[in-house]
Amino acid sequence: MSAKRNFSQDRTFLIDTTRCTGCRSCQVACKQWNQMKAEETTFFNGEGYQNPPNLSENTLTAIKFRDYWKYGKNEFAFYKEMCMHCNDPACVSVCPVSAFIKTPEGPVIYDAKRCIGCRFCMVACPFGVPKYQWSKGLPLVVKCSGCYSRVKEGLIPACAKACPTAITYGSRQEMINEANRRLTAHPGKYMSRIYGLEEAGGTSVLYLSMLPFNELGFKKVTQRPLPSLTWAALRFVPAAFITMGGSLAFISWLTNRTERIRKEKELIEAEQASQKEDRP
Amino acid sequence: MTAMKRIVLEIKGYHLFLRILIALVGAGFCAAIGRFAFGLGATTNLNDTYPWGLWISFDVVTSVPLAAGAFVLGAIVHCFHIKKLEPLVRPAIVTGFLGYSLVCLGLLLDLGQPQRGWHVFAYPNLHSPMFEVALCVMSYTTVALLEFLSPVCEKFGFHLPLRLLRTLELPLIVLGAAIATLHQSTIGTFFLIAVDKLHNLWYVPILPLLFWISAVFTGMCIIIIEAVMVHRYLNQPDETELLATLTRIIPWFLGIYLALKVYALFFLSERPLFDRPVLTALFAIEMVAGIIIPFIMFLQKRIRTDGVLQLRAAGLVVMFGLVLNRFNVSMFGMIQKNQQIYYPSLVESVVTIGIIAAHILFFALIARYFPIFEHHPEGVDYTIPDRFRKIKKSLVSEKA
Repeated sequence: MSAKRNFSQDRTFLIDTTRCTGCRSCQVACKQWNQMKAEETTFFNGEGYQNPPNLSENTLTAIKFRDYWKYGKNEFAFYKEMCMHCNDPACVSVCPVSAFIKTPEGPVIYDAKRCIGCRFCMVACPFGVPKYQWSKGLPLVVKCSGCYSRVKEGLIPACAKACPTAITYGSRQEMINEANRRLTAHPGKYMSRIYGLEEAGGTSVLYLSMLPFNELGFKKVTQRPLPSLTWAALRFVPAAFITMGGSLAFISWLTNRTERIRKEKELIEAEQASQKEDRP
Repeated sequence: MTAMKRIVLEIKGYHLFLRILIALVGAGFCAAIGRFAFGLGATTNLNDTYPWGLWISFDVVTSVPLAAGAFVLGAIVHCFHIKKLEPLVRPAIVTGFLGYSLVCLGLLLDLGQPQRGWHVFAYPNLHSPMFEVALCVMSYTTVALLEFLSPVCEKFGFHLPLRLLRTLELPLIVLGAAIATLHQSTIGTFFLIAVDKLHNLWYVPILPLLFWISAVFTGMCIIIIEAVMVHRYLNQPDETELLATLTRIIPWFLGIYLALKVYALFFLSERPLFDRPVLTALFAIEMVAGIIIPFIMFLQKRIRTDGVLQLRAAGLVVMFGLVLNRFNVSMFGMIQKNQQIYYPSLVESVVTIGIIAAHILFFALIARYFPIFEHHPEGVDYTIPDRFRKIKKSLVSEKA
């Protein structure tokens, strides 16, 4: 999409995973604010203490746990999985009924009243964020709204509000500056990279980490805004329609004309022949 | 005798194969009701990892090119004026119309909120490939219905609409071909957004073009298969000679497809290509059995003109070059390393089998009750008529 707007003032999360203690108050706050059902889960059913195992129709954000060894000791690393609120979101571009909107404030929101349930957003999202209400007869998609209802009123999102240590919330430019400040102030503490700065064309959720991001469970994502990939093909649609329709119409006109002329000639010849026969 | 009794008697007269098909369609129908009663999660093996399964892979992504015969043959016969293929057009149109109707049905089953289908018109999103395909499939189904109405009107002797349809025939064929070009290719565009998900063997920027070309040659191969089946089981004349004309066009498209595919693989796709043995094997089967072998077969005159060998080559193209290709793109190639494997549930399979059975059944029934094999004599004029009075125009009346 040709969204050439300036994203520096978008409301953005800066999530410093080195400061995360894994308390999961963000998960709880998210459930409470969005009135989501609890999930019945079992401990150690997958990746250690992580619970619930994945985002789902009832869980819009989750803390991912990762065990690793450091100086012979078992250590934990965490990262908060949530909607990345891309600058140029794939879900917005692929939705056939415009159910996703990138708001001017930054959050990408979803209009459940429009959704037809085709699940293209789930296929398209490079971060695997939109989830589906598989338990329902007429299911819809669920996804973190960046607490748009709160942000609009000048509040900060529920998870950011509840987080005691790791989440900073503010304009994208401020958050990038803050991240860079931390990276330069403590070069040994962080991987010198901000995840989300370039991913999928830039997102409104930025992460800092001490482990390489792929080891922490982050997906490797292209730096190109995803909608540009489909648009590269889709923009030819009107031209293809006109070329195909026009050329076929022209060819049919041509072939029919040739046919008609051939028939007329035959007819004239036949007439002439019959006149010759009549003459004597 | 009541109408019901008459219908029952009529059905009792059907061949056993048709009655089995009716049972399969019935089973599919029940399964479809089950999907709405119990929800997608309970009846299918779809989940957040596999939002799209058999219904999208087969009923939409694969069925659409399988129904491409109508637009391809329509263009060949009416636009390029290869009139001797005329007898094949009507059955192809019936196949196309049935195919697209069933695609719509499959899509409605797969949607979470099918009752909101009209939202596509209310809240259009021009940047969405799905929007474009939805619009095209709906309009093409309408066009195919109009094309299909000709034999229906002939059957019931509706003369006025028939004249109108004859007038519209050529514009409809052109319109249909243009619309089909759009959505056949745009189904490929679907998967361009799945960057880093679809494996490099299939993720190429020209995927839409490849989808369109493969739809064209598949359309022709389907016509061959259909003509042979109709000859064998519905007592229609052997069309091997006519089909030989088609088999001369097919290798061109197969060749272009092969060249583009190789070019794309070398110059346009990311690396690594051959890191997953299973996917490499699937890719190799698709290319060798589905494209290269039939390409070589169709290049030989002996095979082109032999009824049985024609059928075999066409069958290879359809089975491996198309069906396997579409499944590779929409299902197998999307599976990530170490991911659980998706397989369709009972309900999903029964619905899809029901849809395939419905296609064959309705084709056989339409062939039974409507004049779709009527061979138009050469004298029928298909140019846009300059007067509305006559359906058939003899040369004399044209002169006068």
